[in-house]
Amino acid sequence: MQALTNKSQAVNRKPMTLLERLYLINIIKGMLITFSHMFKKQPTIRYPEEKREFSPVFRGLHVLNRDEEGRERCTACGLCAVACPAEAITMEAAERVEGEEQLYREEKYAAKYEINMLRCIFCGLCEDACPKDAIYLSETFAPANYTRKGFIYGKPDLLIPNPLTEATAFAEAKGVEA
Amino acid sequence: MSEQTLFKVTVDGITIEVPAGTTILQAARQIGGQVAPPAMCYYSKLKGSGGKCRTCLVEVSKGSEKDPRPMPKLVASCRTTVMDGMEVKNITSDKVIDARAGVVEFLLLNHPLDCPICDQAGECHLQDLSFDHGKSKTRFEFQKRTFKKHDLGKNIQLHMTRCILCYRCVFTADQLTNKRVHGILDRGDHAEIATHIEKSLDNEFIGNVIDVCPVGALTDKTFRFKNRVWFLKPMDAHRDCPTCSGRVTLWNRGDEVFRVTARKDEWGEIEDTPDGKPGWICNTCRFDKKEASDWVIEGPREISRASVISQGHYAGKIGTTKPTETFLAVNGGRAPHLLMDIHDESEVNKPTIHLGKIQGPSHGDTFENKTESA
Repeated sequence: MQALTNKSQAVNRKPMTLLERLYLINIIKGMLITFSHMFKKQPTIRYPEEKREFSPVFRGLHVLNRDEEGRERCTACGLCAVACPAEAITMEAAERVEGEEQLYREEKYAAKYEINMLRCIFCGLCEDACPKDAIYLSETFAPANYTRKGFIYGKPDLLIPNPLTEATAFAEAKGVEA
Repeated sequence: MSEQTLFKVTVDGITIEVPAGTTILQAARQIGGQVAPPAMCYYSKLKGSGGKCRTCLVEVSKGSEKDPRPMPKLVASCRTTVMDGMEVKNITSDKVIDARAGVVEFLLLNHPLDCPICDQAGECHLQDLSFDHGKSKTRFEFQKRTFKKHDLGKNIQLHMTRCILCYRCVFTADQLTNKRVHGILDRGDHAEIATHIEKSLDNEFIGNVIDVCPVGALTDKTFRFKNRVWFLKPMDAHRDCPTCSGRVTLWNRGDEVFRVTARKDEWGEIEDTPDGKPGWICNTCRFDKKEASDWVIEGPREISRASVISQGHYAGKIGTTKPTETFLAVNGGRAPHLLMDIHDESEVNKPTIHLGKIQGPSHGDTFENKTESA
């Protein structure tokens, strides 16, 4: 049969010599490679004591944003949910009543907002779709959990701390500016 | 039809014969597709509508066979009747495209652009118009006009800031109800839809103003903020209604009826019933029949592929009949072992909360008590 490429080689079927049959040289060669790795730099990172730096475009766990006055920005317009290719986002809207003006930015707000982290593929399309700067993907990932229930993230899990009333928590969550 | 004189009219190079007295817009709509100019104020089912918004401007490049001079200015196609041999340019004319972009800019001057909040989003003619013909930037750098909130009763929500003053709702009230209680008050920048003084709109057919409103100025209070239209399933349904045709579109989530509207054709106007009359629906059908058992479901409503409402929906009849559950039969009568039932954990779409049945918008306390059925 004609070879398809010129890279093919005929199998060498010559019987092995005594030295080759002993395998000693090859074992020593292999051990030398193994031994040499002891003196090389370790690629392993001792997580969680040590953490690998994220890329600046890393897309992690979502946060729901507040404005400077601590009001929720989300108006439950549904654009994140319609953009979501995994259909991970669901929400239910409600009308702001009098006295809630300092809680919600607009007349309509998300009474319930849920992201199913089991479905989420962290593509960031929700962030792109949001017309109100309300949803962002942060630089952390969803922590592991023993049950599936723990991956249904509601509004209490997603909302950032209020910069006015929970200033310390807000500063802590914001972290150090890079 | 034989005694009627037929006029030959050419729109964008497509010739059609229409009876004398037809408007350019109607002739273009008979051709269909992109040739038909958009219309914000004209509504073929309402007498006297049209001529206000100027979005349907077209160029008449040849007046008629007898007088082939072009018309000096762009004309409103909803108000101009055809002449024999008339040649009209719509999307093939640069002047028209430019003028329409200008008209869109004018319409959006005072528009609050609160589409994320607005219930009309997804089926809004102004959204479609600005998407198709508008520019992506605004040159307006002043304060937009605002109005004192005006209550129009328990079923209809008025958002005057979104209004483009098309007068459709005024014509609807004139032609469908025996006494009109709302109208346009004041002039110029202050012109607003209102009642004088603070009356509620409660005629049995007044709910149709919601369907004719091209923007989100008049919306259904019983559907207010309940859901976005593109997450709902539009289903054609009917019921034996003593006052109206009873032919409607239901907007469902699961089996729950969230909203009832009249059926709309491809121009966004109310469809005719089989006997040729416009299919206006009454307030009872629209606001009070939110029970799936009230309606005989005919099948899914066909939605244009270009519309966001068609997202996530199968074409045709697929998915409208529930498949027969075979799991118990093949598993020896044992129910499947679920690792998680989403309703146990999720707070959205609780089986105990029936949003569709709440009159008016939901508030924070609607979701507080999980056992409450409202």
